Amino acid sequence: MSTFLGASIGRKLIVAVSGLFLILFLAVHLVVNLTLLAGQETYNMVAHWMGTNPAVSVIQPVLTVGLLVHIGYSAYVSLSNWRARPQPYYWSDPAGGSTWASRNMLLLGGLILAFLVLHISSFSIRVKLGDAPMADIGGVMTKDLYAMVTARFELGWYVLTYVVAMFFLGLHLAHGFHSGIQTLGLSDGTWRNRWVLLGTGYSIVIAAGYMLLPIYFFLRTHSG
Amino acid sequence: MKIKLKIWRQESPDSKGGLVDYELDGVSKEMSFLEMLDYLNTTLIERGEEPVAFEHDCREGICGCCSLFINGRPHGVGAEITTCELRMTAFENGNTIVIEPWRAKAFPVIRDLIVDRSAFEKIMQAGGFISANAGAAPEANSIPIPKELADEAFDAAACLGCGACVAACPNASAMLFVSAKISQLALLPQGEVETKRRARDMIAKMDELGFGACSNIGACEAECPKGIEISHIARLNRAFVASAF
Amino acid sequence: MSILDAKIPSGPLADKWASHKNSVRLVNPANRSRLDIILVGTGLAGAAAASSLGEMGYNVKAFCFQDSPRRAHSVAAQGGINAAKNYRNDGDSVFRLFHDVIKGGDYRAREANVHRAAEVSNQTIDQLVASGVPFARDYSGYLDNRSFGGVQVSRTFYAKGQTGQQCLLGAYSGLIRQVAAGKVTMYPRRDMLEVVVIDGKARGIITRNLVTGEVERHSGHAVVLATGGYGTIYYLSTLAVGSNGSAAWAAHRKGAVFGNPSFVQIHPTSMPQLNDYQAKLTLMSESLRNDGRIWVPKEKEDKRHPNSIPEDERDYYLERRYPAFGNLVPRDVASRAAKERCDAGYGVGDTGLSVYLDFGGAIEKQGKKAIENKYGNLFEMYRKITGINPYEEPMRIYPAGHYTMGGLWVDYNLMTTVPGLFAIGESNFSDHGANRLGAGSLMQCAGDGYFILPVTIGDYLADDIRTSRIPVDGPEFAAAEQEARDRLGRLMAVDGKQTVTSFHKRLGKIMWDHCGMARSEAGLQEARSLIADLKEEFWSEVKVPGRQDRVNQELEKAWRVVDFFELAQLMCRDALDRKESCGAHFREESQTPEGEAQRIDDEYSYVAAWEHKGAGSDHVLHKEQLEFENVEIKERSYK
Repeated sequence: MSTFLGASIGRKLIVAVSGLFLILFLAVHLVVNLTLLAGQETYNMVAHWMGTNPAVSVIQPVLTVGLLVHIGYSAYVSLSNWRARPQPYYWSDPAGGSTWASRNMLLLGGLILAFLVLHISSFSIRVKLGDAPMADIGGVMTKDLYAMVTARFELGWYVLTYVVAMFFLGLHLAHGFHSGIQTLGLSDGTWRNRWVLLGTGYSIVIAAGYMLLPIYFFLRTHSG
Repeated sequence: MKIKLKIWRQESPDSKGGLVDYELDGVSKEMSFLEMLDYLNTTLIERGEEPVAFEHDCREGICGCCSLFINGRPHGVGAEITTCELRMTAFENGNTIVIEPWRAKAFPVIRDLIVDRSAFEKIMQAGGFISANAGAAPEANSIPIPKELADEAFDAAACLGCGACVAACPNASAMLFVSAKISQLALLPQGEVETKRRARDMIAKMDELGFGACSNIGACEAECPKGIEISHIARLNRAFVASAF
Repeated sequence: MSILDAKIPSGPLADKWASHKNSVRLVNPANRSRLDIILVGTGLAGAAAASSLGEMGYNVKAFCFQDSPRRAHSVAAQGGINAAKNYRNDGDSVFRLFHDVIKGGDYRAREANVHRAAEVSNQTIDQLVASGVPFARDYSGYLDNRSFGGVQVSRTFYAKGQTGQQCLLGAYSGLIRQVAAGKVTMYPRRDMLEVVVIDGKARGIITRNLVTGEVERHSGHAVVLATGGYGTIYYLSTLAVGSNGSAAWAAHRKGAVFGNPSFVQIHPTSMPQLNDYQAKLTLMSESLRNDGRIWVPKEKEDKRHPNSIPEDERDYYLERRYPAFGNLVPRDVASRAAKERCDAGYGVGDTGLSVYLDFGGAIEKQGKKAIENKYGNLFEMYRKITGINPYEEPMRIYPAGHYTMGGLWVDYNLMTTVPGLFAIGESNFSDHGANRLGAGSLMQCAGDGYFILPVTIGDYLADDIRTSRIPVDGPEFAAAEQEARDRLGRLMAVDGKQTVTSFHKRLGKIMWDHCGMARSEAGLQEARSLIADLKEEFWSEVKVPGRQDRVNQELEKAWRVVDFFELAQLMCRDALDRKESCGAHFREESQTPEGEAQRIDDEYSYVAAWEHKGAGSDHVLHKEQLEFENVEIKERSYK
């Protein structure tokens, strides 16, 4: 096992597996987010259910570990990649062969991470620390997350940051999805284009899905 | 036509190099790129200067010696060509052409545009072979190989070992080179037997020599003079996973 | 009379190799690890030998001038490798392959060696397939064959147009496996400068490290040269720019007799020269002649576009002159026929020095797809270089210097006249007589390396099992090193004005004009005096810039050109001496009324083996009479 994880491909497999895991999580998260559109009561109920479900409390640390592993190993792999070319080219023209995103995954990851910090500090931590308004759901007083979220989405700077970050996320996924599959060895000559297509589609759906909510709530507030 | 050249000059492995400017008049579109350099060298020698050292041999795109990074790309503009197949028709009067050596920690510069690619040899020695002693081979037709597999193995086997993949890769990764050999041999029943060991050992050697890791960027494939595809890297990844179990 | 003893085993032809293998002395495995073998050149022959010898347990020190054995010019063999497998059930056999090679060589090769080469050819295919060489297969999964110039059976195995590359990579993988096993030590980026002879035996070499410039001594119990041919003597040839004759010439200077130096194959289907700066000519595989038809216009100096010249105004001169073989006549015949048409004023292109190779009919008949499958990469190569799309208009081709049948004289054991000094592959003279058939070179190289040398060298080394490692500090090593250093120093010291390449080009022109496709008494005499003058000019006018202790590619070239001057003299001398025409050697004085080569078997049925008598002295000719007991000598007719 040590030769496995010690090898460059082993490390990349860790990045790939953790990345694909996070990609799945993004879909789940998006579905939950989309319940915002169903109104205050539904969203708060789902959020309450999420907050009290034992399965979620198991998954949460797993997710955190997955994220940290993904970040840690990506950084490690990138660092050793930089060391592989100590003397840069005077002129490098990558026009022919590769996408911008594929060459800048670490940068994209960093930007997404920065957003994540903002995101967590503005929602999750406040929720955890109890600093949230309360609402009545079916006679039970629970945290009014709906109000909290929608209030956030009324702030122009926040919405803009959110949308831009989701754009970066989309780019990150557009390469990350099929790259992860390729690293796992699940691609070949025939499947390769299908994975790329699927990955691109998936990243568009995810990015657009996430963008939809802040834009929707922002426009709803400011148009009328 | 008249062209401007910016060429990496470096006296010896441990000396500091730099780009040197040259102007070259009388270049013909009929020249190959290397013939243009021959011509430059002739003028340099006649002026009493030292010629630019660069590697070349067969000059027909099959030996893998030539290895110039031209205007930001290994082997210059054009799909699936080696430097020696590049023609001066690709340039216009007055163009500036920047020529650098392959850049990678694992490919140190020996002189000017010549780099040391012996790291590839070491990777090959780690397992890029089938252990078939002379005299031990069975009758050649005793093992039929489906044509599709043989053709795919051939596509991988076409690798020249020129190192353009490493030069093109932002990570200076040698994965395309390694995967071509592993893929070729894994596709053939004769070589399939040793696939696990081969994958494990060649990758370990590749890592040890200071090549970067593959992040599936695809620049290698775009610059490979033989059009070797990164689907071979996927096969290598599979072989590597299999080698762990 | 002679220093030549071919050591051909007695007995019937077909049994010679088997009985020889049964009677040669063996070296037991424990002793092999005490024996060092120096191997210079790691192309197909050298790499195959290194892997075989390493597997047997010998210590091999292998040298090449490239950075890796994989780059040797065996890679450029395009069309294929012959073997007598008879997979096509078309009547092929070892004897027929043998017979074709003897006939193709115009009865100037040694029967026993050729038969052995044919015998081991099948084993070679087995070995290469086992090494992972992806030969072409058909849909059954079995190996495919195609026919190739000069024969009437399909016995050629191929891997698209990259057969040589794939065969070399197969042998190379065997070599690196032995490097990993510690049995072969690779010394890349080395030029061999001298052979060291101690007590009459080859015991080592002097090399120059092409990176550091260091002059190094290496010793071994035997020395094997697998250094290829010297076709670059023409400057423009189909060979790699770095291919050279210096190792063979160094051996020759130390007593190895040189066989048939003037036998050089001019390949009929090369791309014509495009400009004066050109450094080499690119070969278009002979396999193209399977489907391509060669023609010139019937009108002299017809400047019309080839596509607008109607069918009945085209002269398919090979089909006209040689109806039985048509476009598939052997290389020497095809080359001379092209020269004849061009000299007569029918040549095409700006220079009038090319003929058309036309696929129009084949594409019409078989479809573009089929032609692309067979020759796709060759067409692509042609298009890249010339900008002309051969799917739409005919290629232009012209003959170019290609393969040297001549080389170091060796006996049946592949040993030269210096004991312990062996020569394999193209570097020896042995198998192809006066003309080599297509796909015969890979066959010989792999056979020599994998299966023949490993047997015969044991017979020599059996005497040496008690000889400990050869020390490199003896007087012979010192003297050889000094010779090399002196010559390097002299080259650096000339400090003239002209580049090495300019001399090489001029030498090439002299040789091409006078000792190329057609030779005459007067021309050869003239060439000899021109070469002598050029050599003198070289030693006062050449400029070798840079330093000796660095990478110095000009110095490398200069060393090679110096040897080429002498080799060129010997080639002309040999061509003068052989007043007959045979194979690739065409003496204008000796032709049939129809202009075909006229052999004179009574007088010239021998191998001309030239002995070096020291600088300034004339070479001495030794003759190895050729006996033909198994084939009937005929006029070689492809009509």
